[in-house]
Amino acid sequence: MTSASPTPVAGTRGGQGPLLDVRDLRTYFKTDDGIVKAVDGISFSVERGKTIGVVGESGCGKSVTMMSILRLNPKSGSLDAAPGDDVPAKMESYLLGSKKHTSLSTGQALFGSEDILKVSNSRLREIRGSEISMIFQDPMTSLNPVHSVGTQLIEAVVLHQDVSPKTARALAIESLKEVGIPRAERRIDDYPHQFSGGMRQRVMIAMALINEPELLIADEPTTALDVTTQAQILNLINRLREEKGTAVVMITHDLGVVAEVADEVVVMYAARVAERAPVYGLFDRPMHPYTWGLLGSLPRLDVGVERLTQIGGQPPSLLNPPRGCRFNPRCTYAFDRCRGELPELVPASFDKAHLDACLLPEQAKVEASERVVASFATTAEAEA
Amino acid sequence: MFQYFVRRFLWAIFLFVSVTMITYVLFFLVPADPARLIAGKSATAADVARVRHDYKLDRPVYEQYWRFFDQLVIHQSLGRSFANRRSVNEMVGQAAPVTAGLVAGGAILWMLIALPVGILSALRPRSLLDRGAMIFVLVGISAPVVWIGLLLQYFIGFRLAWTPNAGYCDVFNPPAGATCGGPWDWFYHMILPWLTFAILFAASYARMIRANVMDVLGEDYVRTARAKGVPEQQVIRRHVLRNALLPVVTMLGLDIGVALGGAIFTESIFNLPGLGRLAVNSVFNLDLPTIQGVVVFATLAIILFNLIVDVLYAYIDPRIRLA
Repeated sequence: MTSASPTPVAGTRGGQGPLLDVRDLRTYFKTDDGIVKAVDGISFSVERGKTIGVVGESGCGKSVTMMSILRLNPKSGSLDAAPGDDVPAKMESYLLGSKKHTSLSTGQALFGSEDILKVSNSRLREIRGSEISMIFQDPMTSLNPVHSVGTQLIEAVVLHQDVSPKTARALAIESLKEVGIPRAERRIDDYPHQFSGGMRQRVMIAMALINEPELLIADEPTTALDVTTQAQILNLINRLREEKGTAVVMITHDLGVVAEVADEVVVMYAARVAERAPVYGLFDRPMHPYTWGLLGSLPRLDVGVERLTQIGGQPPSLLNPPRGCRFNPRCTYAFDRCRGELPELVPASFDKAHLDACLLPEQAKVEASERVVASFATTAEAEA
Repeated sequence: MFQYFVRRFLWAIFLFVSVTMITYVLFFLVPADPARLIAGKSATAADVARVRHDYKLDRPVYEQYWRFFDQLVIHQSLGRSFANRRSVNEMVGQAAPVTAGLVAGGAILWMLIALPVGILSALRPRSLLDRGAMIFVLVGISAPVVWIGLLLQYFIGFRLAWTPNAGYCDVFNPPAGATCGGPWDWFYHMILPWLTFAILFAASYARMIRANVMDVLGEDYVRTARAKGVPEQQVIRRHVLRNALLPVVTMLGLDIGVALGGAIFTESIFNLPGLGRLAVNSVFNLDLPTIQGVVVFATLAIILFNLIVDVLYAYIDPRIRLA
């Protein structure tokens, strides 16, 4: 072990630097068909109190990234890599040689001064649910059907706070009120099946926030809900974030959600980051062809179209991703270099916070981006 | 809820009547004459005819069935045995505790084996323990009970002489002339029957528990529990087992209900005077009232345990209780 890692400080409140700094995260899974590289070298950071939106198609590795940060992947092994190692190759041989482990994550997930991927199991349990909480996509299956919501909320409290059962219950009722569950004193003894989907997601949010974590990871929290409920849940997360100063990572495939809640956006494609930018930068001047495609496929109410536009082709298989830039088979701008070279994230000259992984010359990207953005504006005007 | 119980009750009556009726019809389809058997080997045709008349075997089936039913409902009597004229109530009453003891001990034993084996193999799939357990399951499920019983009898009872080979001892008040009696003798004599009876069930229960636990381990709410920092042991105990064992409770109730009707093979191998042996003997004797008595008892046991399962299930699963 490195002696440089400082003694863990419980809670990182008031510290310097980003709250969560993910560096070169990779998560591979062993399957019967081979090694699936579900996350393959992802870096991003979350500032205190800010919201990061993570967008991408289904299966691009959004959820696995978040599961890896909390080490929730099943049968996960561990691997120490020395600088200069060929990490992907080492990971593959580790997984193929291991009987016990079917998944493996490498890289760093720095939470304050600690690397979550390396902390002890007991410290990990302290972090989970108390400093970093998570809510999941499907509220219908995310709560245990045989325990009342109160029992499940109280369980979360007593795990992390040294309080009497009575106080824990009072906290649980308080948290249910906070997320807008009517008659919380009585509903606390109800079971999950007695709540609607939206109400269950509220319970999940209450459970995630009951210990006032510094970071909330929301894995598509509105995908399984109907549209009116979606808006309510998003507003709720937004309100609680403002009140409590919780940082949020919002995973979604909905750019509308991103535009509404995020300060910064990470666009993922095929297990890698395609573009990372402040939210206004992303919508004003998207720099990656995949982002253009995503923006182009947003359904718009102000433009009448016969068919929604789509990005041609299929998302690539993560078992055997294409050589070079992973988007090249579907990219209309691809040239020779794209087929041989894996692009890294590079900051734009006009904004250091705006990074993209595209090999096109910046000038060409800026021009194309302007055309893409303008095409929305003109079609919108033409319709009007 | 009230409506539910009324419906259940009516269904139970219907079930009871049909099962006993089918037993009756089947009995009369057998190409053998109970009257000839009762009258004895040297009986003349006239004797047989008289017996047939006395036992009312010359009446139509529906009339005989009606008399049986009437007797059962009005006098709670199952009648007298054709074979030895003893009261069937008494015979069933003597045999039932033997079977109940066998089933209860067997059930405890098979759960004691199946729970740890099933849970541990689910938590460590493909481990040595899991593979070993699954071989046991395969053997337990495919080997005939009789064969298992005989093997145990030969090795443990005969070669090692750790337990008696067969026979039964009463727990309380052994009859005069009995060679053994009392709780210890009873226990000692029941070890092999329990083991034999338990192996088959232990195997299928271990497999079922393993599958259920593995299923539940993949549920979203288990991930939720881990994400909120619940220690792994508590995840298993509170979130996995509670859910994984729900279907096991159902199966256990139904299996115990069925087994109470008589564990025919186990009782025959170890010479236990239980319901299974009573049923077999009365079939050979064409002893309709006794067959009918065992059927009535078995049916009641199954109906009762079904009801217990339903109530228990409603108690442990809030989705059913509150739906």
